Order: sequence, then C-alpha cells, then structure tokens
Amino acid sequence: MKVLVTAKRVIDPYVKVRVKSDGSGVETANIKMTMNPFCEIAVEQAVRMKEAGVVSEIVVVSIGAQQCQETLRTAMAMGADRGILVETADEVQPLAVAKALKAIVDKEQPKLVIMGKQAIDDDCNQSGQMLAALLGWPQAAFISNIAVNGDGAEVTREIDGGLEKLSIRLPAVVTTDLRLNEPRYVTLPNIMKAKKKPLEIIKPDALGVDMSPRLTTLKVQEPAKRGAGVKVADVKELVSKLKNEARVI
Amino acid sequence: MPTYTAPLKDMQFVIRELAGLDEIAALPGCAEVSADLVDAVLGEAAKFAQEVLDPLNCSGDKQGARLAGGKVIAPDGFALAYKQFVAAGWNGLSGQTAFGGQGLPHSVALPVQEMWSSANMAFCLCPMLTAGVLEAVGHHGSAAQQKTFLPKLTSGEWTGTMNLTEPQAGSDLSAVRASAVPEGDHYRIRGTKIFITWGEHEMARNIVHLVLARTPDAPEGVKGISLFIVPKFLVNADGSLGERNEVKCVSIEHKLGIHASPTCVLAYGDDKGAIGYLVGAENRGLEYMFTMMNHARLGVGMEGVALAERACQFALDYAKTRVQGREIGQRSGDRVTIIHHPDVRRMLMSMRAQTEAMRALAYVAAAALDKSKLHPDEKQRRRQQALVDLLTPIVKGWCTEQAVEIASTGIQVHGGMGFIEETGAAQILRDARITTIYEGTTGIQANDLIGRKVAFEQGATAKAVIAQMRGVVGDLDQQPTLATMRTALVAGVTALETATDWLVATFPAKPAMATAAAVPYLKLFGTVAGGWQMARAALVAQKQLAAGQGDAGFYRAKIASALFYAGHILPQASALGHTVINGSASTLALDVADF
Repeated sequence: MKVLVTAKRVIDPYVKVRVKSDGSGVETANIKMTMNPFCEIAVEQAVRMKEAGVVSEIVVVSIGAQQCQETLRTAMAMGADRGILVETADEVQPLAVAKALKAIVDKEQPKLVIMGKQAIDDDCNQSGQMLAALLGWPQAAFISNIAVNGDGAEVTREIDGGLEKLSIRLPAVVTTDLRLNEPRYVTLPNIMKAKKKPLEIIKPDALGVDMSPRLTTLKVQEPAKRGAGVKVADVKELVSKLKNEARVI
Repeated sequence: MPTYTAPLKDMQFVIRELAGLDEIAALPGCAEVSADLVDAVLGEAAKFAQEVLDPLNCSGDKQGARLAGGKVIAPDGFALAYKQFVAAGWNGLSGQTAFGGQGLPHSVALPVQEMWSSANMAFCLCPMLTAGVLEAVGHHGSAAQQKTFLPKLTSGEWTGTMNLTEPQAGSDLSAVRASAVPEGDHYRIRGTKIFITWGEHEMARNIVHLVLARTPDAPEGVKGISLFIVPKFLVNADGSLGERNEVKCVSIEHKLGIHASPTCVLAYGDDKGAIGYLVGAENRGLEYMFTMMNHARLGVGMEGVALAERACQFALDYAKTRVQGREIGQRSGDRVTIIHHPDVRRMLMSMRAQTEAMRALAYVAAAALDKSKLHPDEKQRRRQQALVDLLTPIVKGWCTEQAVEIASTGIQVHGGMGFIEETGAAQILRDARITTIYEGTTGIQANDLIGRKVAFEQGATAKAVIAQMRGVVGDLDQQPTLATMRTALVAGVTALETATDWLVATFPAKPAMATAAAVPYLKLFGTVAGGWQMARAALVAQKQLAAGQGDAGFYRAKIASALFYAGHILPQASALGHTVINGSASTLALDVADF
C-alpha cells in the first residue's frame, strides 16, 4: 500500500530561539533548520513499515519555502521514495496545510497518511485532525504503536492518564507521538541515493488551494524572565504562598 | 561538561569560499559534489559525531582500552558506536566506488574527519588507520588482494593498521628488522612492531595489518624494506575467515592521552611465522607508504584543527557560564561571567582566530590534494601536486603545534577548574599532545619542508604561494576597514620571502644551519599562510556584507577574527623570520660534549 508522510521544516530544537526585535515573529534567517522531530518519527514509521513489507511506496510532502527541499531530501535519505514540495512563501497555518494535503491525497490516493502530532515551532497540533475531517477519514492522533492488518489497523494512542487501543478502518490519518519509534541515523549511501530520487515542486495555485493565512499574529514576545527563588520557613508558608501569591492551589 | 557542536557554518564557508567547492565539483568524477550534497553529508555527520561519538569521549578517556587474556577490550560503548558507524556507511566515505565506497573527494572527507576527531579522536583513529590501508592496497595491491580485502575494509567490517615502528626504528625506518621469508605464494613474517594504533580489538571481525619487513636478501637501509598484508585471521578462497594468523598483542601502552585507542605491541610469528602477502614488488615498501603520506599527514593536521575547535567550544562555554568578579572599572553591581574580562576575551579570540586560520589552510590543502589527483590538465595536476606537497608538512606541523597551545590556553580560560579532569579541558591537551609526534614529528615535517619541498626546487613553489599572498595584499588595498590586515600581511609575507631566500641559499652549503632553522621556518610559513587565508576570508566577508547577502553576524565575526589574527598572530612572523635567519648559530653554539 501507498503511504503519505509529511515533513515540516522547523528551527533546530537545539537552537536558542530569538524573538524578532519588532515582535512580528521569531528569527529564522541564518538559523539552523531541521526536520520537525515528530515528522522524523512519521517518516521513520513509514520506512519501517516498508521494510516490513506492509508498505510499497512512501511519498513525503513538505509545505513551505524552497529550502524545504533539503527536508524532503533528508526524508528520502531516511527511505521515502519520492518527495512533493508545495512551495509557498506565506506563513503556513494548519487549515491551509490540511487543504493542501487534501488536494495531494486526492491525487495520490494513499491508504494511510502519517503525520507528526505537532510541529515544534508553533505547536499547533491541528493539521492531522483537520486533514482527516476534510477527507472524511478516520483519525488516530498521538499514536505510539500501529499494526496494519488488511483494510484496517490496530493503533495505540497516548492519552491523558494512559493508553487507548483502537481499531481503525483504512484509509486513515494518524499522527505520531514520541514513543512510536526512534528515528534512524541517515546512512551515507542513502544520502547519495536521495539526490537522485524524484522531487516534484507544486504551487498552491496548481492544487487549487488558497493558502493565505487566516490568523493574524498580533505580537510575539519572550516569556517573562524567571525571578529568583525564596526560601520558605515551613510547609504552612509554602501552602500560603502557593495559594495567595502563585495562585496555583 | 559541554557537548561538541560541529561548526557547520564555518566549515561550509571555508569549503565554498576558500577551498573552492565549485572547482572541486568541476573535477572529473566529482559531479555529484554539489553544495547541497556537501551540506547534507556534513549535517548528518555532525549529528552522528554529536550524538554517538561525543558522549563516549570522556568516558573512553577515563576507562581506557584494556588488555585481558590476549584480547583488547575497547572502552564501554565503543563497539556499539563502531557498529553504528559502519552501518551508517561512514567508513566508505572516500573509498573507491568499485569496492563499495562513495568515492567522495578529500575536500569532503577531511572536514567530516574533523568532526569525528573533535567529537572523539581516540575512536576516529580506528577508521583513519583503515583508510590508510585502503589507500595503500588500493594503489599498490594486486587485483586479487584488492578483491579479497578492499570491500570489507571499505565497509568497515574489517579494520586496518599500519605497522612501521619497531623499538629501534622510529623516525628512522632504515633500522627496521622484522623479517619476511618467502614460502610458496606467501611470506613468513617475524618480528615485533610497536605503537600500533588499534592493533588489536574485538570491534571488527578481522584486522588487516600492513607490515614493513625485510626479505632475506634485501639491501641495507630504506631501499630494502618491503610491504606485507598480514591479516589477523587468514581469509579463505571463498572470502570466509580461516585460521588465526600468528600475530598477537603482547601489551598495550600506558599513555598521556588518547586512552581509548589501544596502542599495541604486536608480536609476529613466534612459531612458524605469520603468513603475509607481499604488496607490489620487494624492497619498495617505503615508497608505497609515501604515496599516502600527504593524505595521512593532512589527516593528522586535521586532528589539530579538530582538537583546537573542541578546546574553543569548551573554553567559550565555561567563559559564558562562570561568574567571577565585576566588569573592569566597576566597584559595585552584579558580578559577571568571565567572558566580560578583557584577558579572557583575548584568550578566546586567539583560540578562535587561530583555529579558523588552521581550518582554512587545511581545507585548502585538501582541495589541492583533490586537484592534484583529478584535474584533467596535467600541468595543473603537477602544480597542485607541488602545492599540496608544500602545504602538507605545514598543515601537519603547524596545525598540531598550535593545537597544543590552543588546548593549553583553553585550560587557562578555565582557571583552576581547567586543571581538574572533570571539565574535560585537560583531556583535550593530553589528546592533542600526540598529534605533533605521530605520522612524523614536527621536526621531521620541518626537515621535509625545508629540504624536499623548498631548497631542492630553489623555493619555486614557495615563491608561487608567496606571489598568491601578494595578490591578496593587492585585493586588500581597496579595503580601508581591513587596513591592519594589509599591513600585517605585507610584513608577514616579506618575512617569509626573506627567510625562504636565506634557506635556499644556506641549505646546500650549510645544511646544519638550515636544518636548525627548520621548525621556526615551518612556524613562520604556517603563521603567514594562516594570515593569507584569514585575509581571503575577510575579503569574502566584506564583499558579502557590502552586498547585504547572507548571514551578517557570521561575516562580522569572521572579520573580527581576521583582524585579531592580524593584530596578534601575524606579527609573530617577523620575529620568526628573524630567528630563521639569525638563530641557527646560537642553536648549534654549544657542543654536544658541553651539554
């Protein structure tokens, strides 16, 4: 079966993020970028399913600037077969992503879409769910296990307070949680091979999708600096401070 | 302890702007070497170096390699890391494609090696030695030998070693005594080899030793040494492993640094003699070794760059976190991190500026090595060969000597904590200390430089390089903001030219006087060549800034490094030049008997 995975290009998680001086967003120019870690898990899962003989073809999709080609090459070096870049200079927001992906899914007809549960830049955690809704497909978000059997799949979801096991019909959209797998190191021969794999670049217009942002960012600012701690004399004072100053209990 | 982060931005800058990636990509067989491929390779190698090799660096140093029951046990985690290294295909980076390698040029392989060495030099030595065997057998082995040994050495399933040194034969290999007696299609090897890096271990299924030995009728001296392949396990006709050969590790050395890398004493043939296979023709062993010398020496020079980089990162991390004292001139207010103190800044800048200069020179030499092998025009190949021949002893000698100094400065930045092992700063100095010694000491490099590389050709290539440096001086004319660089570079180049003239004139008539000045000359050349590269870097940075292109912060920092180099490092050239020309008499004034 064919699988579609998504790979978002984000600021490297080890880079210290800086807010732009005009408060319009965070600084991304000349900053190390990488594949969103949850997307890496999604790609890894697809590759493992291919290695296990469950999957026959992996198509990886990225949406964003021209440089997202690097992210797609990384996914292809991990084992994806071909890449599609929906190239746009606009800020990509979840609904636009879901619409663009729906157009690609309609064209590619995959039996399963695997996405990261969220991107570590905006932490939206919406695109997968929206895509499933637009397609009218079953969805299982935050999965830590998946086993495909025929026209369905057994998945384990990570939910508040435990694990939830579900049977879903395919085609479906699933999103990955951290414990699903540990992504592999890309091998050198596969980096070389990835260069030769097909990479298609599409504009949103060609998909008939309006990707212009619907949400307006008013202001981005750094979190307040943490003040110095204080020593409390006893438990009573601690409880009182938590209640009256911190107002958390 | 801080963690190592590969300096990808500077590496990419140097590869593209100074080493000339476009020219490399235009070489036959290098069409694949595009900027995005290089970025992808460097990016993934950085990840592997940071996440797999770096975490084992300190623990490997503490635990060290051990010898137990004839077996050498690598520190915990090393065998698994090696397995991952092989599985990820890194061992085959520059190996011939015919044997499963990726055939990438030195211009890519050496930067990748920089990251392995920065992250974990002791580990990196194992694949480096394998690369040496690959190159020697790849050039001089028979088709059958290549078929038997190269695929598994390329993948890293087997590792390789170099067996040159014996107790009485160190820098002077003419004293080699190990013997090789012909027997049918092979030889029987006997003798003891010392200082064999990764000479025995259990990380790979087989080890392929390259051994220098003498055949029964061999002439005396260096012209009577042959090269043999002696596998730890004999290889059957079908490629499977057969009997254990007669080679064993009788002890491993207790060393100042690179504790995780077992340095073995290997005993060959204590019964019938170890089975060895002659590489190429008899008595030409040393000549074969020389064919891969430039590469091996550049590799060790790169270790100097790598450890200097690690030292920079550790010192910077400490200077940014350690709070001590107030800003100079302030009597009250908050205490500040020590990076605010001018002398700490001076140390950090000196480490950084020199490391960047060393990296630039080493990568430029790697590019020359590629061009010397691959350029379609024979004249160009010869010119590049002469250039890489000249630069190799400088990169090896100068980068490693500076690395020791930089690692020492790194400790100084840490103050008392640098003297304590737990900061990791001391290990860098201990590990760096071997780099000025193995693969030819600094003295040997300097002798090679002044003799074979400068005097014997009347300084022709050196003069060509000096002319290129003067070209850069010309480019600096139009850059008022780089005026201090121009002044310093002019003085440095003049000192280098004068010293070169003196060497060419002195060497034939008074070889002892010339040789006594060899190391100062090597340091002079390194210092000026580093300034040459920093000036080139500053010019590129200036141009990009003027055009408003790229990462302005990076370019401004590059110019700051270059100007520091001009103010603090390049002026040393004049003093070194003075020493070259006037220092030898005092070096030799005291008679041996009077010491």
